[in-house]
Amino acid sequence: MGLNLDFSVVLERWPLFWDGAVMTLKLAALAIVFGAIIGTFCAVGRNSGNRLIARACTLYVEAIRNTPLLVQIFLVYFGLASIGFKFSAFSVAATALAINVGAYTAEIMRAGFESIPTGQIEAAEGLALSRFQIYWHVILLPATEKVYPALTSQFVLLMLASSVTSQISAEELTAVANYIQSDTYRAFETYILVAIAYVVLSLVLRAGFWALGFALFPRRRRLGTAL
Amino acid sequence: MGGSLNANHLLFLGHGALWTIGLSTIALIGGGLLGFLIALARVSPSRAIRLLSGGYVQLIQGTPLLVIMFLGYFGLSALGFSISALMAASASLTIYVGAYFGEIWRGCIQSVPKPQWEAAEGLGLSRTQRMIKVILPQAMRIATPPTVGFMVQIIKNTSLASVVGFVELARAGQIINNSLFEPFLIYAIIAVIYFALCFPISALSRRLERRMGNGRTKLMPA
Amino acid sequence: MTKDSPVVSLKEVHKSFGALKVLDGVDFSVGRGDVLVLIGRSGSGKSTALRCIDRFETIDSGEIHVCGHRVDAPDIDLRALRQDVGIVFQSYNLFPHLTIEQNITLAPVSVKRMAKAEARERAAAVLAQVGLAEKLDAYPEQLSGGQQQRAAIARSLAMQPKVMLFDEVTSALDPELTGEVLKVIEALAADGMTMVMVTHEMGFARGIADKVVFMHAGKVHETGTASILAAPATPELAQFVGTGF
Ligand SMILES: Nc1ncnc2c1ncn2[C@@H]1O[C@H](COP(=O)(O)OP(=O)(O)OP(=O)(O)O)[C@@H](O)[C@H]1O
Ligand SMILES: [Mg+2]
Repeated sequence: MGLNLDFSVVLERWPLFWDGAVMTLKLAALAIVFGAIIGTFCAVGRNSGNRLIARACTLYVEAIRNTPLLVQIFLVYFGLASIGFKFSAFSVAATALAINVGAYTAEIMRAGFESIPTGQIEAAEGLALSRFQIYWHVILLPATEKVYPALTSQFVLLMLASSVTSQISAEELTAVANYIQSDTYRAFETYILVAIAYVVLSLVLRAGFWALGFALFPRRRRLGTAL
Repeated sequence: MGGSLNANHLLFLGHGALWTIGLSTIALIGGGLLGFLIALARVSPSRAIRLLSGGYVQLIQGTPLLVIMFLGYFGLSALGFSISALMAASASLTIYVGAYFGEIWRGCIQSVPKPQWEAAEGLGLSRTQRMIKVILPQAMRIATPPTVGFMVQIIKNTSLASVVGFVELARAGQIINNSLFEPFLIYAIIAVIYFALCFPISALSRRLERRMGNGRTKLMPA
Repeated sequence: MTKDSPVVSLKEVHKSFGALKVLDGVDFSVGRGDVLVLIGRSGSGKSTALRCIDRFETIDSGEIHVCGHRVDAPDIDLRALRQDVGIVFQSYNLFPHLTIEQNITLAPVSVKRMAKAEARERAAAVLAQVGLAEKLDAYPEQLSGGQQQRAAIARSLAMQPKVMLFDEVTSALDPELTGEVLKVIEALAADGMTMVMVTHEMGFARGIADKVVFMHAGKVHETGTASILAAPATPELAQFVGTGF
């Protein structure tokens, strides 16, 4: 059997790919922002003296980390529907992804918190900083700087994993690819191109995070070393 | 089937769970072998081999598993290859897992302290002997916790085989749901089964990690 | 607080860690402008006593008064206490993600609500005081150990404490870097700062101490002016001074 590849009919539909890529980035951005917030609060909660809160946060983190994203997406999708909420596929997808990445963020942030030596906290207490000020200046900010590389790798993985939301018809890149291949009967070419698109997206995201780190962490900018 | 959830449904789910384990095992073995070769290639003395294997890792780690899965199943069959869902899923997972294992293990090999490499060289061992006798045994120790940890990812990732129609746990759930229309209940059950499969491995990996010590010594006040 | 009442006083202070009795009825006090040096064998409870003063440890019984604060009271205003007390540890504990200037201005700005510009001026002043004027913009890791410790002292001084506590601030340093830190402390003493310090530098203690407290087995075993180091009254102190540790 001779291989006959024809990328042109697929490439013709590049505006659809573009829309899908934009949607993927939007989904990822929303999920990352909310996931980072959820995860940070959760890491703080696990550190807090309150046993109940700590338990609840641990339960959330373990439940998410030990079940597949695909199943989580369906649970959120049908869960919201069963209690009578009607959301767009995009909202459901963003919600599920945020819940998912929140758990990973929590775990990474917790490792960051644990990497802060007790002496740092005592020094801050000795300077009469309040609990909140200590949390912010001496724990949260340096911990975030420390785990930033791990955090951003996780965020790139999330962007890639967002392809799974095509299963509930969120109109992102993979869903677009599914549509184009059924339209053109050029599955191989379509998925090759979409794979390349994802590789490019992940490079773009990495570059973006690098630049963001540059802006956020003056120490890294000046010394060029990790904290 | 049809009606309400009964023993037959649970049996069907159990069957799916067995296939999840089976597929995970295939991916672990296939991806492990491939990953081992890639890890070695990544520290090869040949620049070309290092670049090639590095490129492979970058490419695969920049592509969603789902797309690899589609490429392997729909892509290849569109080109006229007849390929079963099991074959497509196994091959996709192997390709995917191989890249991640390759990267994890490269890190472990390179984290064997430099003096060990030099000492082995000083003993006049050949490159292969150095690897087999000195470096790999130590790297394997370092690699155990992250490898066990990644097994959880493998199990979860096999759920994506459902999208090409392979009947593992997630697909089994979908099929049951098609007759029962109780999606939330069924996916909750499936989630619990996945949790039961994954959590012990997660816990084990964490225990191993703790036992190895993370090498961070905290500064304590005098 | 009357004029002559001590700045820091410990009365019958008891403290145990589990079954381990670390402070077994410790008494001492420091007057305004005085330097008290705590010495004793490793594990004799010096750090614990010092940490109790700033309430990094809570005591089991006894009384501690610091600058009018009743430190052992359960409802003590910790932040008020710590604005009056500066503490410097053996491991400098500078905040690694902040420049030296930011390390110093953090507390005055966040705690005392000082204007940023004023805080920066003060940072420059205290850094000059410890001889690090040119390190304002450096990050901690760019400094030597001795410089980091001096920066940590400057950071405490910026809060204008009424008393300074030093816990073996030179024991993590190479001998050649110890001198520069001790000089800073000497200058502070000459300026009239009230200080309590734990140190193993006997020569330094002899020169700077108004009062020496020798701790042994959780108690103040011998106390007096620096002259007790030259002429110990108890065999334990004699042995301690003789061997150094
Ligand atoms: N948080 C703690 N928990 C349990 N035991 C402690 C704690 N802190 C100190 N100890 C114990 O209390 C005793 C006194 O400790 P402390 O640090 O006060 O001694 P030190 O005189 O400062 O000794 P060094 O010269 O070695 O610094 C030691 O036996 C120590 O192990
Ligand atoms: Mg001590």
